[in-house]
Amino acid sequence: MKIAMTVNGKSVSRDVTDNTLLVEYIRDHLRLTGTHVGCDTSQCGACVVHVDGQAMKSCTMLAASAEGAAITTVEGLAKSKDDLHPMQVAFKENHGLQCGFCTPGMIMTATDMVTRYQSQGKELTEDAIRHELEGNICRCTGYHNIVKSIADGASKMTTV
Amino acid sequence: MSEGIGARVLRKEDKRFITGKGRYTDDIVEDNQAYAAFVRSPHAHARIVSIDTTAAMKMEGVETVLMGPELVADGIGNIICGWGVTSKDGSPMNMGAWSALATEKVRYVGDAVAIVVADTKSLAKLAAESVVVTYEELPVVVGSVEALEKGAPQLHDNAPGNLIFDWEIGDLAPTDAALAAAAHVTELDITNNRLAPNPMEPRSAIATFNEAEDHYTLYTTSQNPHVARLVLSAFYNVAPEHKLRVIAPDVGGGFGSKIYIYPEEIACLWAAMKSGRSIKWTSDRTEAFLTDAHGRDHVSKAKIGFDKDGMIVGLKVETKANLGAYMSLFSSAVPTYLYATLLSGQYNIANIYCNVQAVYTNTVPVDAYRGAGRPEACYVIERIMETAAREMGVDPSELRAKNFVTSFPHQTPVIMAYDSGDFAANQKQAQDAADVAGFAVRKSEAATRGKLRGLGYSNYIEACGIAPSAAVGSLGAGVGLWESAEVRVNPVGTIEILTGSHSHGQGHETTFAQIVAERFDLPTENIQIVHGDTDKVQFGMGTYGSRSGAVGMSAIVKAMDKVEAKVKKIAAHVLEAGEDDIVIEGGAVKVAGTDKQMLWHEVGLAAYTAHNIPEGMEPGLKESAFYDPTNFTFPAGCYICEVEVDPETGVTEVVQFVASDDFGTIINPMIVEGQVHGGIAQGIGQAMFENVVYDDAGQQLSASYMDYTMPRADDLPNYSVHHSSTTCPGNPLGMKGCGEAGAIGSPPAVINAITDAIGNNNLSMPATPAAVWTALQDVSIKLAAE
Ligand code: FES
Ligand code: FES
Repeated sequence: MKIAMTVNGKSVSRDVTDNTLLVEYIRDHLRLTGTHVGCDTSQCGACVVHVDGQAMKSCTMLAASAEGAAITTVEGLAKSKDDLHPMQVAFKENHGLQCGFCTPGMIMTATDMVTRYQSQGKELTEDAIRHELEGNICRCTGYHNIVKSIADGASKMTTV
Repeated sequence: MSEGIGARVLRKEDKRFITGKGRYTDDIVEDNQAYAAFVRSPHAHARIVSIDTTAAMKMEGVETVLMGPELVADGIGNIICGWGVTSKDGSPMNMGAWSALATEKVRYVGDAVAIVVADTKSLAKLAAESVVVTYEELPVVVGSVEALEKGAPQLHDNAPGNLIFDWEIGDLAPTDAALAAAAHVTELDITNNRLAPNPMEPRSAIATFNEAEDHYTLYTTSQNPHVARLVLSAFYNVAPEHKLRVIAPDVGGGFGSKIYIYPEEIACLWAAMKSGRSIKWTSDRTEAFLTDAHGRDHVSKAKIGFDKDGMIVGLKVETKANLGAYMSLFSSAVPTYLYATLLSGQYNIANIYCNVQAVYTNTVPVDAYRGAGRPEACYVIERIMETAAREMGVDPSELRAKNFVTSFPHQTPVIMAYDSGDFAANQKQAQDAADVAGFAVRKSEAATRGKLRGLGYSNYIEACGIAPSAAVGSLGAGVGLWESAEVRVNPVGTIEILTGSHSHGQGHETTFAQIVAERFDLPTENIQIVHGDTDKVQFGMGTYGSRSGAVGMSAIVKAMDKVEAKVKKIAAHVLEAGEDDIVIEGGAVKVAGTDKQMLWHEVGLAAYTAHNIPEGMEPGLKESAFYDPTNFTFPAGCYICEVEVDPETGVTEVVQFVASDDFGTIINPMIVEGQVHGGIAQGIGQAMFENVVYDDAGQQLSASYMDYTMPRADDLPNYSVHHSSTTCPGNPLGMKGCGEAGAIGSPPAVINAITDAIGNNNLSMPATPAAVWTALQDVSIKLAAE
């Protein structure tokens, strides 16, 4: 079947089998390999992308059900090619990554989290960050610096 | 120098990871690529009666199905353990045969039986499911204690009683005598739970055979690509070493589990040759639980004796180590030379004896996982010290302190010669940071909220920087454990460092550049680190055992010494000065005390144009070195954990975790702290959450993230990390290593804290709410009975 959607601002359409997962569509068909697969039970969050502005685990969704949607992957997060999103900067500045495998999913989850809290006028406390990260596993960092990165990214996002 | 040793330089490698441009093995696509899936045994122990591949072979898009007998017929060798351990009776270890694809028997759930190659990943999986294997099931044994019992099911014919080796270290008679004469003896039964390493990137491989050039390429998730190439060629006979290129690109964490060469890589290379297709295989998470080498799984009995003044007189430990169904690459070294040699802990102990029985069971092979043997040793000594203090009614930190080793070098009775350290300084720093003095107040405040608060210590020591080649050779290692480096100064003055170390999260691209920046006073952006490709880099031993600093960087230092000497010769020649007067600073090579100088890149250019270099000197500016360490290094420290337990539910929260580490020289504190954070998280994971569980039939009940509890952000605290360092005398930079300390030191601190909180020392890892609650009920039953 043919499906069409917008990915990182560009319209794309491809022929896929109807059981193709969104993450397979992104990785294997579009060759955007920043989105990762770390598990097979929707537990790790390495595959998180934004679907119509909301963080989604792309391993739990069929590509077909994203028909017509606007998808953002980590490759399309920054405003332009030479730019970094403030959350990306925060991860670098706070050493929020080691092997980098969980990082795209963490950053996509983090930007969604901050946007939600900020639009609702809620304070993103350390506890809230830790709680919101429930669906993302990192084996390297022990989360300490990821939590710091997200708090810093949140303040960077308000000042942009 | 803002980017040199000791600077918190942000990581050079981050940009590609935060923008999604990392290049991990599964991201790579080769021309003509097919996908592999493995037919795996659903039984823990069975004889293979027949394999019917007809249905699979008929499916359109299936390239081939290959099985064990053909692999053996093609001369592919058995998977080996590269470290020979000798039993106490002098006999060699009993290594059972491990074929990459099982031939007659399967010995654990997940044992590979056939490889299926097809056009797509899903088709390969579907075809693998349609391969019909008929098994005759055999009785199963999963625990090491049970496997040693009379009449237990036998895994390998050449390992009677499932015993791989029965090894000892130290002197039995004096230890027994010391314990018999002791004023106080503490005994403790200790189980060190089995763990699944779980790097977030699953293992993956892409094998290509170029027939025209008779050449193989393997992309693989490896911590040590050269070792992989050596073993694949010399032992497994898959391809000749000079015809095989192994590339470990970006690797998403390893923690030991990506040291080994697994059946899948062997089978993919072999199938690539047979089929003419490039073959990609990527593990899914369940497969990772079923096939990545597990860690730990020790059952021990320990006994420690003290004189009337509380000084340790002897320690005796008996350990059964479960090595799983086959011997993985370094499996024998982990429960012996990486374990029992650290049983002296930070203490002066005259008599130590340890006996280790290594055992086959119908479980996933067990090998090094972050810490590898040292966490098991630390857990034994730090749990028993705490227990002894409680029994004797003395302060656990004081009991430790009075037994500290205080002068160096210190020869323990179990091989290791500690070279440096100040254990009291680490303990003091941790106690201050943890405000131990204020604990009593915090405890009573917690009580007003209905919480039980407890505090636990762990004073760990470990051995890193493995290791002097001759020494490990004499202990049975099949390889030397040096490291290599090449320093290439280009004609424009930029520098490439080719290292045999491998980075899979450790930040080598940054820290290795920092030591070069420091030496030649250049910006790190002019320095590029090259690693992970056997076609680019000279032979190297890879990264594990926190060796990349102490050994890998030392090799770079040695190569830089040679570069510096040549640079000075060239500059002295051109500037007509004495070599001894030449200094390198500020991007220039100068004659000290004059304004005569060459810019750094001018020296590079001079070396390559060779128009004006000293007579007889070879052109070019490129030097290499192999560094063989002179001793292990001994990182040590003090960890203090504070917990609060909810007695109603058993739910435990780590409310404070303080670390004071001695890592010797620190190149980049930001990266070192990150290593400690991650290590502590894994240690708290072991202590409170993680556990590989098998049922009696050998089915792994914990083979997904629904069943195996990975520590998550809201399970863990912030860590309070401090350093109090002594310089390591054994290597040029004075480094000790920091990669594993957190995972080694933290589990006993956590369990000591929880048992302190609940008033019951009888608690095993993982201390889940159910386990803690049960232990609390035992306390109340006991109190009610009294
Ligand atoms: S890959 Fe999607 S949650 Fe793990
Ligand atoms: S940085 Fe490696 S898994 Fe998070």
